[in-house]
Order: sequence, then C-alpha cells, then structure tokens
Amino acid sequence: MSQQREIKINVPVLARVEGEGALDLAIRDGCIEELKLRIYEPPRLFEKFLEGHGHQDLLDMVARICGICPVAYQMTAVHGLEELFGVDPGPWVRDMRRVMYCGEWIQSHSLHIHLLAAPDFFGYNSAMELAREYPAVVRRGLMLQTLGNDLIAMFGARSVHPVGLRVGGFFKAPDPEAVEAMCQRLEEAVTVAADLVHWCVGLKIPENNQQFTSVALRHPDEYAIYDGRIGSSVGLDIPVEEFGQHFQEFQVPQSTAFHTHLNGRPYLVGPLARLNLSKWQLPEPVLENLELTGVHFPSSNMFRSVIARAVEIHFAIYEALRLLSEYRVPESPAVEFEPKAGTVYCASEAPRGMLWHSYGIDDEGKVRWAQIVPPTSQNQGRIEEDLGQSLLHCGLEQEDDVLRLHAEQVIRNYDPCISCATHFLKLDVTRR
Amino acid sequence: MSEQARPKVAVHKFSSCDGCQLALLNMGDDLLALSQLVDIVHFAEAGPVDEEQEVDIALVEGSISTPEDIERINGIRQRSKYLISIGACATSGGLQALRNMADTDNWVRSVYPRPDYLSVLDQSSPIADLVQVDLELWGCPVNSGQVIAALRDLLSGVTPRVDVQPVCMECKRQGVVCVMVSRNEPCMGQITRAGCGALCPSHGRGCYACYGPAEQVNSRAVSEHFIEIEVPVEEIRVKFGSINSNAPAFKRARDS
Repeated sequence: MSQQREIKINVPVLARVEGEGALDLAIRDGCIEELKLRIYEPPRLFEKFLEGHGHQDLLDMVARICGICPVAYQMTAVHGLEELFGVDPGPWVRDMRRVMYCGEWIQSHSLHIHLLAAPDFFGYNSAMELAREYPAVVRRGLMLQTLGNDLIAMFGARSVHPVGLRVGGFFKAPDPEAVEAMCQRLEEAVTVAADLVHWCVGLKIPENNQQFTSVALRHPDEYAIYDGRIGSSVGLDIPVEEFGQHFQEFQVPQSTAFHTHLNGRPYLVGPLARLNLSKWQLPEPVLENLELTGVHFPSSNMFRSVIARAVEIHFAIYEALRLLSEYRVPESPAVEFEPKAGTVYCASEAPRGMLWHSYGIDDEGKVRWAQIVPPTSQNQGRIEEDLGQSLLHCGLEQEDDVLRLHAEQVIRNYDPCISCATHFLKLDVTRR
Repeated sequence: MSEQARPKVAVHKFSSCDGCQLALLNMGDDLLALSQLVDIVHFAEAGPVDEEQEVDIALVEGSISTPEDIERINGIRQRSKYLISIGACATSGGLQALRNMADTDNWVRSVYPRPDYLSVLDQSSPIADLVQVDLELWGCPVNSGQVIAALRDLLSGVTPRVDVQPVCMECKRQGVVCVMVSRNEPCMGQITRAGCGALCPSHGRGCYACYGPAEQVNSRAVSEHFIEIEVPVEEIRVKFGSINSNAPAFKRARDS
C-alpha cells in the first residue's frame, strides 16, 4: 500500500465495549499524524439533576450512571455520606458491603473476560461464536457472572440498580439460609477461578511493555475496595479529599467525557493498577496460585490486565467466602443517623478503577452540587497514549483491518465503560 | 431450524446506562440458547455489528437526546418489522429527562466548560415520541424474564402481553406485608407498573416507581395519603419526578 495514497477508511463501531466511541487515526508518510479516542455517548448531565435530591434519592440515582457497576456508584456515595453525617454503621455493615462489592467485581470482570475480551484471542467476533467452538469456556464465564450477580442480589434484590443500600446500612439483612447456599456456590467457584487465572495466562498475550503510572486506592489492612488513600506507583499517597490538588479534569473536543491527568500526565486506573500497587495484600492462596503461573506483577504490559482481572475474581470469591463464613443476622441491618451539612469527598475501587465523588450537602441531607470522576474518564488519556505506542509497535504499514483489530484490543484492555464516562468505536484511518 | 429460517434480531443503544442490555447479557446459559434460536445481527456490546441489516425484531435501549439520534431511530424503524423499546430511558425518556423541565443550555454550560463541543437536544424523549413502537417493556432496568417472555411469545407467533397492573398486586401475590399500611412508609407501588417482583417492599422499603406508571394512576388519592402520613409536598413531587418523570401520568401528577 503506497503511503502517498490518501485512504480514508470508516469502520463503524468498536464492539464489545460498554458505550459509544470512535477512533480517529490519520497516518502521513508512515507516521501517526492524529490519534483521537472519540467518545460521543450523549451527555446525560447527571451532576446537574442530582441537585436538590435527598440522600436516598442520590443512592438510587447515581446507580443509573452505569448498569454494569451500579454498586460502585452507590457504595462510594453511601460511604461518603456516612462520613459526613458522622455515622458509623459498624463492622457487620462494612463487611457485608465489601461482600456485595466483591459480587460486582466478580460479575463485571467475568463478563469482560469471557464475553468482551476472550473472542479476540480466538479470532471470533463474539462470545456466541466462541461458544460454538469452546462451549465450556463461555459457560464458565456465564456461571461466574451469574454468581457475582446473585451475590449482589442477595443484598440488593437485583444486580442491576440494586435497592438494598441506605445511609446507615442495608434495608434488609440476607437470610442465613440464603447465605449458606451462597457459601456453597462460592466454595465450588474458588477452584474454577483459580483455573481461570491459569487459562488467562495461557492466552496469546502480546509482549508490549510501556511506561505508565498506576493509581489506585490503598488500605493498610486489606486489598482496597471500599475505601483507602489514593496511592500511585511513583510515590503519591494522599487522602481522597486532596484529589483536586493533584488531579486535573479537562474537556477535549472529541469527547463528551472529561479527561483527567495526574500532575499533567495520563495515568492508569483499574485491575492492573491495583495489582501493581497492592498485590502483596492478596490472601496467601490467591498469591500462591498466581506464583504457580510464573507471571509477575507489577507489570508494565497492559495486555496482562486480563490476567489481573482473573486474579481479582479469584480474590473476590475468596474474600466473599471468608466474610460470609461466620455470617450472623444482626439485630438491625442499619443504624439511625441525622443528616448534616458539609462537603463529601469519597472514593472506592469500581471494577474498572478508582471512582471519585464529591458532593455539597445541605442540612437536610440534600445535594447542593455534585462532582463525579469515573474510572473510564481517567483512563482516556492513557488509552490514547497506549494506542500511539501500540500501533507503532504493531507496525503502521499493516493492513487497515489489522490495525483496527489491534487498536480495538488495546482499548478493550481498559474495559472502557463509556456509559459511565459518558460510549461504539468507529475507526477512521486517513492515510496521506 | 436452518440457518436461513432463524429470525434476525438487533439490539440498539441510545442514551442510557447500558443496564437494560444486561437483561440479555446476564441471562447465563439462556443467552447461548437464545443465540441458537435467533440470529443476533447487531448487538455492539456483545460483538455483532451490522446496524444496517433488516431485522425481524429490534430491541431498543435508551432515550433520544441528540440530533443524530433522530435520524438513526428513523432508519432503525424502517429496517425493523417489530420494534420493542426496553427500559425507562426508551419508554419514558429516563432519568436524564429531568432536564426536560430545566434549561438544558444552562445545565450543559454548568457541567462542561466548552458547551460548543457538544450537540444535545433540549429534551430527552422516549422512542415512541419519534417512531411507532410495537411493544414497550418498562422498568429501570428491565429484567431478563420480561425480555425472554416477549421474545418467546414473538418466536411462537403470539402477540406479547405485558402486565399493566400495579406493584401492589405483586405484593399481594407474594404475601409481602404492605410497608405503607404497617409502617407508614410512602410507597409508589399502588400506581407503579408491576414487573419487578415487588423488590423494594419485599426489602422493607417503599417502591420508588422505577417501572413507570401502571395502567390506572390515581395520583390524587396517593398524594393525599402521602400528605396524611406527613410526607412534605416537595418530596411528593420528587416521587413523581424521578426515573420516569417524563411519563405523561407522572408528569401530570407532578404539575398538579
């Protein structure tokens, strides 16, 4: 293909991501002239219409930002509100919220590995096609996904936009019989998840090492999910309220989702970033299983994020089982509280990475203003940076279809949730 | 069934949280069974991408909120024999239709420093405002049972029926103690469409109307009762003006 020839290709839609986006790529004389991840998911203006709503409405509304990670949104907000109101719901509530959050990690990661990412490695367009050749692989994914969903529903009645959380605790504690049945399923799934880690290591994972900064919450006593301090692979260690002093949100023309930089540079959030920072906090059996694969973390290869997800599924199942093993029904699933006015800063680890919220709350507990920074908007800059390097590494002289597939795979490594960030990928390649 | 005889299905997304597509992706093994019964030609989140194909059944998630959406939905309607709108966004305009009551320009300006980069309509509209819809599945989110039931009916050549009774009927059938009678908990279940399985009342909280209005909405009686149990008027308005604020029955109630 002559590089002098001007070619314009329009490949409509990146499939297997959550939402609508496109990629503009212009190549001139064998160099990348322009590379833009375009996100055109229509803005829904959530931050605006939360204003004036009470604390329970807030929990029910923020869930609707994302159908795939509603628990993350609810947990972040509920925890922040409780800190502001000075209410401590106690260890039972904290543990059970961690279990519910594990449910979301399990379902979201399983969906991503099997339905969204795996077809790439076998040359199929969808998990339905993959299932014709490898039914057991897809069934395993669907089983784990269902397990995660059922874990969420045990506390929230349904897995998409659950209804069980309230400021002070839960509306209802699960019945011991339901918990017992769940523990049996989790026990069976621990082995399945351990095997999944090995299966992911066995995928044809490209070698592609890049320099980037990993950012995640860190907690002194546990692999952080629910709360912690913001840490990075280059020494950042700040409380969540100082986010704005180090991270900058800005708008770019090609996206309805804000970009975020850390001290002027793109950075990574998500499973790989978490594993890079907090691997040592994984429970012994999860670490041992990972050691057996011979794959080491920290890793600077984004393609290993699929392994990181499998490790986190293994961890989340193990953790949920641990926390549920001595389950008892509390006297009350929630504690009383009085709303207070003030500013809320809160963050938690959504399946796709750190999710940061801030709210101004009035003395009736109503929202005066809201600011929400989802993981995918934080990863946009890193995705663009990665694409530039990965496409060069792949070789720009490659056929458009090869470039497109590679670009899609790079983007899928981040499991972008564009509904969240505000979502399809079109690839426009212009060669001049 | 031969490859050619399988009905073609497409799943489309407009402005939404993707949660209703999960009614399909969260089906477990049924998803594989479905993929053998029908030919899923377009479902971007699951992989197949071919929006231009003519299909027998189109499932549409999301509300219409940009100028481009209008053109797209008209095309989809032309190419689809039977169109089902799924979820609150597609049936009522969704939570984002709260902006229909506000000055959208002003809202965009206060969220985005460069509003000129965006193109959005003043209104977030349900699909049926733009094109003819053959079946509406309400709910935020719709569940797998609703979607499977509708597809099963269509595949068997039966016109799908949807439950338009209120959530109260589901509580009665399940033997759930009424949260309003027993605890004075304001509950929208009396005027909210069944389909969820009375999840909130069975968890001890009042229904918040995520399934939209039932067939007969006596909003006046409900509001009067809420006032009796000392729910502030402003909060009663919010109860009608939330996820399905743009549904006509709720809109009237809120404005009255």
